[in-house]
Amino acid sequence: MAEIKFQGIEKRFKDVVVVKDLNLTIEDREFFTFVGPSGCGKSTILSIVAGLEEVSSGTIYFDGVPINGLSPGERDVAMVFQSYALYPHMSVYENISFPLRVKKLPKERIDAEVNRVAAILDLEPLLKRKPKELSGGQRQRVALGRALIRKPRVFLMDEPLSNLDARLRIEMRAELKQLHRELQITTVYVTHDQEEAMVLSDRIAILYQGKIQQCGHPMEVYAKPANLFVAGFIGSPPINIIDGSLLKDIAILDPVLKRFEKTDIIVGIRPSDVVVSAQGDETVLEGEVLLLEPTGSDMWVDGLWKEIKIKGRVLAGEKITPGTRAFFKIPFEKLHIFDKSTGNRLGN
Amino acid sequence: MSRKRNPKIPPFLSPIQSGMPQVLGKPHFFFLAPALLILAGVTLYPLFYVLWLSLHRRLIIFNISKFVGLENYGFLLRDERFWNALYNTVYFTGASVFLELTLGLGAAVLLNRAFKGKGIMRSIILIPWVIPTVVSARMWEWMYNPDYGILNYLFEANINWLGSPFWALNAAVFMDVWKTTPFVALLLMAGLQTIPVDLYQAARVDGASNWYIFKRITLPLLKPMILIVLIFRTLDAFRVFDAIYVLTGGGPANTTETLSIYAYKTLFQTLQFGYGSAIAVTVFFSVAIITIFYVKLLRRERE
Repeated sequence: MAEIKFQGIEKRFKDVVVVKDLNLTIEDREFFTFVGPSGCGKSTILSIVAGLEEVSSGTIYFDGVPINGLSPGERDVAMVFQSYALYPHMSVYENISFPLRVKKLPKERIDAEVNRVAAILDLEPLLKRKPKELSGGQRQRVALGRALIRKPRVFLMDEPLSNLDARLRIEMRAELKQLHRELQITTVYVTHDQEEAMVLSDRIAILYQGKIQQCGHPMEVYAKPANLFVAGFIGSPPINIIDGSLLKDIAILDPVLKRFEKTDIIVGIRPSDVVVSAQGDETVLEGEVLLLEPTGSDMWVDGLWKEIKIKGRVLAGEKITPGTRAFFKIPFEKLHIFDKSTGNRLGN
Repeated sequence: MSRKRNPKIPPFLSPIQSGMPQVLGKPHFFFLAPALLILAGVTLYPLFYVLWLSLHRRLIIFNISKFVGLENYGFLLRDERFWNALYNTVYFTGASVFLELTLGLGAAVLLNRAFKGKGIMRSIILIPWVIPTVVSARMWEWMYNPDYGILNYLFEANINWLGSPFWALNAAVFMDVWKTTPFVALLLMAGLQTIPVDLYQAARVDGASNWYIFKRITLPLLKPMILIVLIFRTLDAFRVFDAIYVLTGGGPANTTETLSIYAYKTLFQTLQFGYGSAIAVTVFFSVAIITIFYVKLLRRERE
């Protein structure tokens, strides 16, 4: 168990800066997720914590002790790889017990530990199999087992669920969360899936181009995205982005927009906050219905208003069909306002 | 055979199909036939002809040609020169393959690491392999020269490398190691590149030392490639001819004479076609046994 502190971390590959000026403290026992699009530097940060990559500058501390010079083995971290990185020539038993065999523990001890982990992960019937004889979900569990078998100070997980099918991913997601609650080991998680990040984490950091765009509790980030990138990245379906100048005529939005008269703004509104109905008046946006997307619990509507696409939600009972007109109601208290030139959030 | 036309066979083939027995009528056999005929002509026919020859005493200068059954093979068992050649061949094969594999593995592991000038090093290391064998044999002959050679100059020694029974065979081994290690390294490097980097990273995070990783991960995963290298190198070394023939001609006093050289001399210098064929057949079956052994190992590895 450990608190991880990044101080002025920078990582360059030749001239390309992959991680810029990272200052962050991950609390002891926290489930912390770096989330961002591919190439944002999230996996590099994980490799830096593991000791697989050296930093170009800056210091990392575990519980206040700098660990820059330590080899991966000396850092006492366990890592789950996206590819699982199972040793193909070893059985499940040998894979899981590898970290203990490296330490040359006595055989009885290894046996006991493997059985303990196999019981947690339902791997007992598979111990003699080779990785190629396992399904994706089973491989994932073996990879997890190999990390669980020693009680490391920190768990590092690099997109561990991204190779699973949708249903299994949701199942394993819940198991990971449960596991973390039981073991109480600091976990640093990396994913490109914002939903996964939101569901699992105590705190998330949204990374883009090597810089943390925002860091905080998932709901906090969702409710108050710090800039346009975060607003667009977090939330599904993605937020509607509308240029402020287009909304000048909408009387009901006046009180909000008046406050930002002097700057050019961009407005964001989450599809779940846009209510679409067949009837309405001039206080709402009237647009053409392009497409309906029923998901079971919700019915999403893609509409076209002034050449821009707006997504909203239909309440049960409304009759809306593609090709007809519909009214998109935008509640002004739910608007997210951003500075057009900097992309940063304005107001609160 | 059914007269119904198989829809998969184009119409222009169907007359051929109709008049032939079942197997020959199958179109894939028809397509393979030219290649099979050529193979039969250039490999099977000579093979059986040599087998047939080995059962004869045929000395064309004395105009002798008669069937003697297994007599040539009986003589082989009592022929000390044959046993000497077999010993030389096995020694050469064992020593050169062992050294090439060890050195090649080391070179492959080193060259597989990221370092500056890696590309150039990989190209340079291949130079000995691209030089034609006869050329490098001549080159080494000069380097081994007791009076003018660079080896005696460098070691300030006075060794008759190619003239003394102890050194001559080892000198041949050394030349082969120099020439072929790059090839082994190249193959093993290709094998190393198929091992995902993740596996090494996972092992490092789990605290494994470099030596432990090499022993427990690199070597086992490289095993199929090592077996392939062993097949190639054992067979090549067992049939070695040109390198040693040019370097020493089999001397001094037959101490570097391998089976292939002995067969060649018997066949084409003393023109004993029957006995020479018997030696060649022996080489053939030895090589076949070695191959079957390795292929079995490889197959077990893949399962």
